[in-house]
Amino acid sequence: MKIEDKKRVLREMVLHRRFEERCYQAYIERKIGGFLHLYPGQEACCNGVMEAARPGHDYVITGYRDHVHAIKCGSDPKEVMAELYGKETGSSKGRGGSMHIFDAAHRFMGGYALVGGPFPLAAGIAKAIQLKGGDEIAICFLGDAANNQGVFHETLNMAALWNLPVLFVCENNRYGIGTSIERSTAVVHQHKRVAAYNIEASECDGQDVEVVYEHARKAVDHVRSGKGPYFLELMTYRYRGHSMSDSRGYRTREEEELWKQRDPIFILRDRLIAAGELTMEAYEALEKETDAYIENEVIKFSEESPEPRVEDLEKYVLADRASQQQWLTGQAA
Amino acid sequence: MAQIMLWEAIQRAHDEEMARDPLVICMGEDIGVAGGTYKATKGLYEKYGPLRVMDTPISEGGFTGLAIGASFLGVRPVVEIMSVNFAWLAMDQMFNSAAKIRYMSGGQLEAPCVFRSAGGAAHQLGAQHSARMEKVFMGIAGLRVVTPSNPKQAYGLLKSAIRSNDPVFINEHELMYNMKGEVPDSEYFHPLEGSDIARSGTDVTLFGYNISVHWCLKAAEILDKQYGISAEVIDLYSLSPLDRAGIKQSVSKTHRAVIAEEDEAPVGVGAEIIAIINEECFFELDAAPVRVHSALVPQPYNHTLEKAAIPDHEDVVKAVLKLFGKA
Repeated sequence: MKIEDKKRVLREMVLHRRFEERCYQAYIERKIGGFLHLYPGQEACCNGVMEAARPGHDYVITGYRDHVHAIKCGSDPKEVMAELYGKETGSSKGRGGSMHIFDAAHRFMGGYALVGGPFPLAAGIAKAIQLKGGDEIAICFLGDAANNQGVFHETLNMAALWNLPVLFVCENNRYGIGTSIERSTAVVHQHKRVAAYNIEASECDGQDVEVVYEHARKAVDHVRSGKGPYFLELMTYRYRGHSMSDSRGYRTREEEELWKQRDPIFILRDRLIAAGELTMEAYEALEKETDAYIENEVIKFSEESPEPRVEDLEKYVLADRASQQQWLTGQAA
Repeated sequence: MAQIMLWEAIQRAHDEEMARDPLVICMGEDIGVAGGTYKATKGLYEKYGPLRVMDTPISEGGFTGLAIGASFLGVRPVVEIMSVNFAWLAMDQMFNSAAKIRYMSGGQLEAPCVFRSAGGAAHQLGAQHSARMEKVFMGIAGLRVVTPSNPKQAYGLLKSAIRSNDPVFINEHELMYNMKGEVPDSEYFHPLEGSDIARSGTDVTLFGYNISVHWCLKAAEILDKQYGISAEVIDLYSLSPLDRAGIKQSVSKTHRAVIAEEDEAPVGVGAEIIAIINEECFFELDAAPVRVHSALVPQPYNHTLEKAAIPDHEDVVKAVLKLFGKA
């Protein structure tokens, strides 16, 4: 990774971290409703992979822990936060919420709330790319627990069978809601499960963004060059609970502290400081600037944006009628 | 106008749409090299190749989801679910992904997918291969449900479903693929909404869809010839949305209604139509509407028990006679 890229990625990861922490606060203040799944601790996963890919060009799909993936693909943080506020200016016009951020213009194909649900959708996106003949790839980010769903195996089989351009990124954060991987899964190292389908797979540290980047480059190149699917497993950890209703009673504070010693932001920050490319003062200023941006722009925009109109409750259920006239009535418009 | 079989009508719709648009594809179990369980995709594999006519593994949830994902990018997949009983395995993707994507993305994405499936009791296929599941599909926001009663509808509904930007579930019947009927020689798009008047009448409305349209027509014939009762038959080829205006219009004319469905009650098509009649034209009624439906049992294998579980035209006649106090 070039030095300028490392500095930019550090800035982005700080934004991702502070954005999520601000969501936490807004949830406590009841500005955000429903379920809220936060990403702190896992930032190197999304950032490392997407640095190796082409954000906005490649198609990305993920589960419900989706804010950071959308922003990394190019979504405006203001629109993501406004979605959490349920506003008409939100990514999904307030109809989706935290778990359903979408940004088709940046090819962020969404957050989905059925664990494992995006697997076949990702393969389908790859199938469409294959039919259309583009150089894009489909990237599917999901957690380790999703691999216990049947569609994981069904999808791997089809992706290998049809040589689909899809990269599966497994963010192995060791917990499926409140059940540890050792208690739910016979095989802890997920990439081993993929070997059965003749799919290239590897595992690496998910806390060091440069390590993720190096592995992801190989994975992305493999998929983009037409060699078929790839499965990349990143060993990581989420600091907060599965969602806001999770008090983390299933794991020890010592375990959490141990992982925080390998914080993805601090690893990169300290490396840049050691290389003489950054000072602690500059880093602290960056955090303050980021907080100011989130407060003065992101939160302000979300607070001031209008609610969706109740008259539009049924808008977007089906396609706009005028465009469908001939198929609905049998008569040309 | 040519007389063709219902499977041929479906095959022709596939063929025309695939020839027109390279992004129309079809997939399902045994639909390619084997030519399709019901022959509905016969010859397409040879013509369009394996990339567009996909023989899938037996993974209903997986390949249905794959089709939906492809449709997000403008591909128009026609998915054949070999038996509607297997659609349970695909419903997570149909309902949670295809039906909801437009809404939960605020109109950014859509899933222009077609899901075709054969349902209904055929001959002694037992509990897990005889399901009627239209009642499950018609309660899902964001999903259109249509069901053909003849080859013309089978052809025209599939053509319209492929062109539609909404996901459409097409409920076919296992016993009807070899039914013959007239299909226009020129291209024809059947409306995805509304209902057809299959027979005009004045004394009672018989509502049917798919196979039960034929029970109703046969019953109307008997009622006319043997009892002097003039029955109107309404073909509800669209189960979602149901044709409120058409239901109201006919019942307001005849003042009596019988709904015939192969589905079981409770929670069937009949219950929904009676609710619509109550909402739209309750004071037009001369008698309480009646539904004719299957017994609420897992489909028995034994031939006699199976016959007892499924209604037919005689049950429709009996229901009408009861309405008129003649039975």
